Amino acid sequence: MAKILEKRSLTPVTKLFRVEAPLVASAAKPGQFVIVRVREGGERIPLTIADYDRDEGALTIVVQEVGTTTRLLGTLEVGDDILDLVGPLGMALEIPAAGHIVGIGGGFGAAALLCLMRELSARGDRTTIILGAREKGLLILLDELTEVCDNLELCTDDGSAGLKGFVTERLAQLIDGDGPGRPDNVVAIGPMPMMRAVTETTRDQGIPTLVSLDPLMIDGTGMCGGCRVTVNNEVKFACVDGPFFDAHQVDFEEAVRRNKMYVKQEQISKDRAECRSLAVGQD
Amino acid sequence: MPLKRVDKTPMPERDAVLRSHDFIEVNEGYNIAHARFEAERCLRCQDPVCIDGCPVKIPIPDFVHLIAAGDLAGAAKILRSANPLPAICGRVCPQESQCEEQCSLGTRFVPVAIGYLERFVADWEMGQAPGEEPEQPTRTEKVAIIGSGPAGLVCAGELARLGHPVTIFEGLHAPGGVLRYGIPEFRLPKEVLDWEIDQLKHLGVEIVCNVIIGKTISLDDLFDEMGYSAVFVGTGAGLPQFMGIPGENLNGVYSANEFLTRVNLMHADDFPNADTPVMVGKRIAVIGAGNTAMDTVRTALRVGAEKGMIVYRRSDKEMTARVEEHHHAVEEGVEFHWLTNPVEVLGDEDGWVTGLKCISMELGEPDESGRARPVPIEGSEFVIPVDNVVLSIGNRPNPLLLQTTKGLKSNKWGCLVVEDESAQTSLRHVFAGGDAVTGAATVILAAGAGKSAAAAIHEDLCG
Ligand SMILES: Cc1cc2nc3c(=O)[nH]c(=O)nc-3n(C[C@H](O)[C@H](O)[C@H](O)COP(=O)(O)OP(=O)(O)OC[C@H]3O[C@@H](n4cnc5c(N)ncnc54)[C@H](O)[C@@H]3O)c2cc1C
Ligand SMILES: Cc1cc2nc3c(=O)[nH]c(=O)nc-3n(C[C@H](O)[C@H](O)[C@H](O)COP(=O)(O)OP(=O)(O)OC[C@H]3O[C@@H](n4cnc5c(N)ncnc54)[C@H](O)[C@@H]3O)c2cc1C
Ligand code: SF4
Ligand code: SF4
Ligand code: FES
Repeated sequence: MAKILEKRSLTPVTKLFRVEAPLVASAAKPGQFVIVRVREGGERIPLTIADYDRDEGALTIVVQEVGTTTRLLGTLEVGDDILDLVGPLGMALEIPAAGHIVGIGGGFGAAALLCLMRELSARGDRTTIILGAREKGLLILLDELTEVCDNLELCTDDGSAGLKGFVTERLAQLIDGDGPGRPDNVVAIGPMPMMRAVTETTRDQGIPTLVSLDPLMIDGTGMCGGCRVTVNNEVKFACVDGPFFDAHQVDFEEAVRRNKMYVKQEQISKDRAECRSLAVGQD
Repeated sequence: MPLKRVDKTPMPERDAVLRSHDFIEVNEGYNIAHARFEAERCLRCQDPVCIDGCPVKIPIPDFVHLIAAGDLAGAAKILRSANPLPAICGRVCPQESQCEEQCSLGTRFVPVAIGYLERFVADWEMGQAPGEEPEQPTRTEKVAIIGSGPAGLVCAGELARLGHPVTIFEGLHAPGGVLRYGIPEFRLPKEVLDWEIDQLKHLGVEIVCNVIIGKTISLDDLFDEMGYSAVFVGTGAGLPQFMGIPGENLNGVYSANEFLTRVNLMHADDFPNADTPVMVGKRIAVIGAGNTAMDTVRTALRVGAEKGMIVYRRSDKEMTARVEEHHHAVEEGVEFHWLTNPVEVLGDEDGWVTGLKCISMELGEPDESGRARPVPIEGSEFVIPVDNVVLSIGNRPNPLLLQTTKGLKSNKWGCLVVEDESAQTSLRHVFAGGDAVTGAATVILAAGAGKSAAAAIHEDLCG
């Protein structure tokens, strides 16, 4: 059980939680994740460790509400317990000290960049974060992210903040020498189409790029093989071998397809959860 | 001398058609009349060879005799002193290749149903008030157990009885190992497992779930930071193997571990009341013929598959599943494709499984394992139309703890190396047993290993 110490709404569907998990906080490294379960009979879902505070024994997670479990998690309040929380899982991110590192985030990926970019900045790398969202209101954690990198670049689809366009357009400009200049390494965390586009942008440029894959998971310890992905024509278990992989070797098509395996069931589950919460609302 | 009837007392079973749609236990268990009747068949041999067949050397004729005499409490005491998990082993031991294979009645007639009798006594015991009084720890040396499968559970219980404070660390959210996530309810009701776990808690064993040693806490920190004096590693063999054939990552292909975990641990059979789904189409093919494969195919029928098939490259004689499991699967309508080796999983344009391409095999010369080597028959490829494929071709020890612990030695299959006598690993005060050492084996071997390791740990700390 992990007690919720703090809760903040970042967007209407994105919530930040600080939770008490001293053992996980003291072992956590940037890039790792936890698996949580919110209720008896509930699913186990993976969430990135956005930040950790070893002294306080606290973890920060940021949850985007997309289905049953993430929504249920979103209804928890300060003082409530998350039923099960286990971690840190996966391999810590390793990037050779490289000069200029560009982290690209979309959706909850912005949060995942927090402790990661802080650590890279602290060891002396030059760091840039490119954040993307549909519109200004969906860009999250701007203050916190400004503090952990040298340059924060924003992109919105509607131009309400930063560059009007996709993160990959700004990335291409940097590669051409604009702003903070050409990256030596790129890390992308966010929705699959975004990570795929970033991968294609850096491929011909020969810029080493890592992406954080988010396949469906159950145990997170290498026991089920449900999280398998193909990288460089080899099968890997993302929960133990990843979640970061060499973007230019990833079979994205397969990864996208496998993530859609339960679309029908997820819809049934979501509808049912909505019925349940409506029913509760009526009493 | 009691009369030696030829047949063994049949186990009352639920109707095959009814049961293949639910998860209620198939075997209903003996009543006292069945048990005494069966117990009287035992010859109480001068040289009870049955005991040689039991990995934990249960004094079989002694407890069987007490059943015949109606002293169930006495029988339970004898059983439990040799095997801490009788209700579980009585249900899942491969008796036909262990105690019952040796039984001297078997040479001319049918062996005594030792497993059924063991289960009977243990079930009776479960119905009684908790027997053992909790022990106050008499020793100060704390022991940490990694993993809550049968090896870890038994090791913990024995150490608690020896007076040590014991903590079990389990990575999943519920204890039991394969007994929880692998073996289905219709063969081993969770009630039985929960009862055994409650007994341990009653003895004072602390169980901490959601902690992965090697990730949440390192093995070294158990000693240095947390003050444990010894560690038992019972992390099992939970790493699923894949075949490496084309199409293995199509949607609708599972490892047996994933399929069974979704149902047993996450309750996918109760979706959408429970949140985790499992994908079962009309036709499912399970590759392999061990206990795990039988459990998978029978589970698939219970969660809605219309046709369940076993596909195995060898013949029924080489099958490793328990005889009873195979027999129950046949009764439930499972179709068996012997001497059939899958070569490719076929899919549609959206990446969903549509079929399993196989090649027929014939048996050739014996291989290293002594079993006839299956050889493909050239040009015999054919396609079995299926919606799901589940691979059940074996598990290996999970490398997670090894990868994060310096100095812990393993062999080329990833099994931990231990000294035969003491179960000590390459690290001081670190012991190991069960599937993590042997590779995928049996519940009773894991339980036996946990028990002897407990004695070795006690000796190491207090000897
Ligand atoms: C290593 C890892 C780290 C992650 N970190 C975070 C995080 O920090 N914050 C966060 O909000 N989410 C994160 N995710 C994704 C998160 O686990 C899923 O959103 C969650 O499992 C969805 O569960 P649900 O029951 O709410 O929705 P479901 O009912 O399971 O799904 C609802 C919808 O979301 C889609 N979906 C489901 N699972 C995923 C997935 N893994 N990736 C993308 N889409 C998915 C489904 O296709 C469906 O359309 C991470 C995933 C992985 C593998
Ligand atoms: C489907 C199936 C059916 C079977 N049927 C039979 C049968 O009928 N009869 C029979 O005798 N045998 C059967 N077996 C085999 C038997 O279940 C195993 O041999 C036995 O469970 C091994 O016990 P164990 O204690 O060594 O490990 P396991 O039961 O595998 O338990 C290991 C536990 O350790 C945990 N763990 C692993 N690593 C860590 C870590 N680093 N930190 C914390 N926890 C960790 C795991 O989560 C797991 O809970 C079956 C196996 C399967 C999979
Ligand atoms: S523990 Fe297994 S092998 Fe031993 S007597 Fe019981 S059923 Fe037979
Ligand atoms: S070998 Fe068979 S008949 Fe003889 S004592 Fe053992 S169980 Fe009884
Ligand atoms: S989530 Fe089960 S192996 Fe990765």
